[in-house]
Amino acid sequence: MIHLDSVTKRFPGGQEALSGLSLSVDKGEMVFVTGHSGAGKSTLLRLIALIERPSSGEVVVDKQNTRRVKRRKIPAYRRQIGMVFQDHKLLYDRPVFDNVALPLIIAGVSHRDAGRRVRAALDQVGLLHKEKQNPQTLSAGEQQRVGIARAIVTRPKLLIADEPTGNLDPDLSLEVMRIFRRFNEVGVTLLIASHDISLIDRLGCRRIALENGKLQQEVDPWP
Amino acid sequence: MAVTRNSDAVAPVRCSGAFSIWLTRHASTSLGALGKLSRQPFASLMIVLVIGVTLALPAAINVIVKNTQSVIGGWSNALDFSVYLKMDLSVSEAEVLAGLIAQRADIESVDLVTSEEALAEFKQQSGFGDALDQLSDNPLPHALVVHPGPGNTSASLTLLQEEIGNLPETELVQVDTEWVHRFHAILNIVRQAIAIGAALLGIAIVVIIGNTIRLDIENRRDEIEVTKLIGASNAFVRRPFLWTGFWYGLLGGSFALLLVHYGLYLLKEPVTRLAGLYQGEIAVASLSFAESSAIVGGAVFLGLFASWTTAARHMRRIEPK
Repeated sequence: MIHLDSVTKRFPGGQEALSGLSLSVDKGEMVFVTGHSGAGKSTLLRLIALIERPSSGEVVVDKQNTRRVKRRKIPAYRRQIGMVFQDHKLLYDRPVFDNVALPLIIAGVSHRDAGRRVRAALDQVGLLHKEKQNPQTLSAGEQQRVGIARAIVTRPKLLIADEPTGNLDPDLSLEVMRIFRRFNEVGVTLLIASHDISLIDRLGCRRIALENGKLQQEVDPWP
Repeated sequence: MAVTRNSDAVAPVRCSGAFSIWLTRHASTSLGALGKLSRQPFASLMIVLVIGVTLALPAAINVIVKNTQSVIGGWSNALDFSVYLKMDLSVSEAEVLAGLIAQRADIESVDLVTSEEALAEFKQQSGFGDALDQLSDNPLPHALVVHPGPGNTSASLTLLQEEIGNLPETELVQVDTEWVHRFHAILNIVRQAIAIGAALLGIAIVVIIGNTIRLDIENRRDEIEVTKLIGASNAFVRRPFLWTGFWYGLLGGSFALLLVHYGLYLLKEPVTRLAGLYQGEIAVASLSFAESSAIVGGAVFLGLFASWTTAARHMRRIEPK
């Protein structure tokens, strides 16, 4: 599903966020990327989401070489990837329902279908009863679940998450991970950046550790 | 997972439904933009006022010029001129001449004012009646008042006046309506000036709306970034701002119409009074339907143009970080 071939990302200042990184994530896998801040986790995800482009090397996502995705086509490309962010990136001027419906509106789904799918997504994260509330009135954990509902409402095959549990306490973190797990069980490929190694170890998924933009080690999942 | 709108990640949009969805989206975006304006009524009202006043100004001056022109047009025997004949001409000779001139294709009619008639009129109007009675003979010549046909241009008129002036019977051709032409010329200059002024004010409106939209975009920068992050195209993020520009234009243009009509309403009474003093009937011409549509349509165009250029410029710049 994701294939990186000696990818280097150099920023204008000259520092390298990623140096010759190669890795693969198969379809249906749930993989964690770990490492200290500045190790290149976020940059990796940003390259996959085409927020950045690599300085050199190839990033191939679902058989599409991102290098060949033209600027004009980036929105359509992004619509196929679910994205979850540490700071949720919700819109606080509208209720939960509208936040989750946004990707469907962007994709041009009809109103009736959108309503049905938004409720299904909210149900999956256990927030169906809060659809009319403003995200601001929700707890951090709930806000993150709204963010997840928004990411999965278009039923993407790939979901990437950048420190999704960064602002959550251990219980809430585990809850969020369980939700991710359930998506993985129905075939969604997940790539999650996190530094919460103890939590990751409890889930028993493959772990890619980055250090200074390079692959440090890969920990295979439990048998 | 090819890059197409209808990837299987998103339920395929059927073609027939796509248009109605597009329409529904636009309707809801337009109402959403209107709702945003109504949630900050004071700021929106200020913009609408500025646009309205800015547009009402040239529109009002235009109405005034139009009315003045129609009033002057009422005196459009402006083309007429007087021909004073030589003193030694008899009445019958003058009548023959009048008949000859009246036969010309470019002349509508010719009135003969004999020296007796002229003297009688002069006595009556000048108040020198008794003094004039002392004169042994009539000092006034016969005169022709020539009404040229409507097909004449100012060049053909000049030619006509020259030709008649060159007749052996003619003493003098007097064009006493030259000032009307001059006035028309002045009005035309005023019209041109209005056009230039309106163009400048139009630029001002574009700048005002553009600046407002720019501030709006800055205020909603986070929202734009997030929507782009989850796959919104530039067109999608631009849409609400275009509608905002549209509403500014529509409301501002309508307000300008309202201002002009109210101004005309206020002027109606004094104009009627003035007309009464001149024993005339002056109907104040208002804006025609075409002119009204042009004002509102122009305002909408300016609003859309301003928001389009502003949004297009800023949307490209705001990318998720």
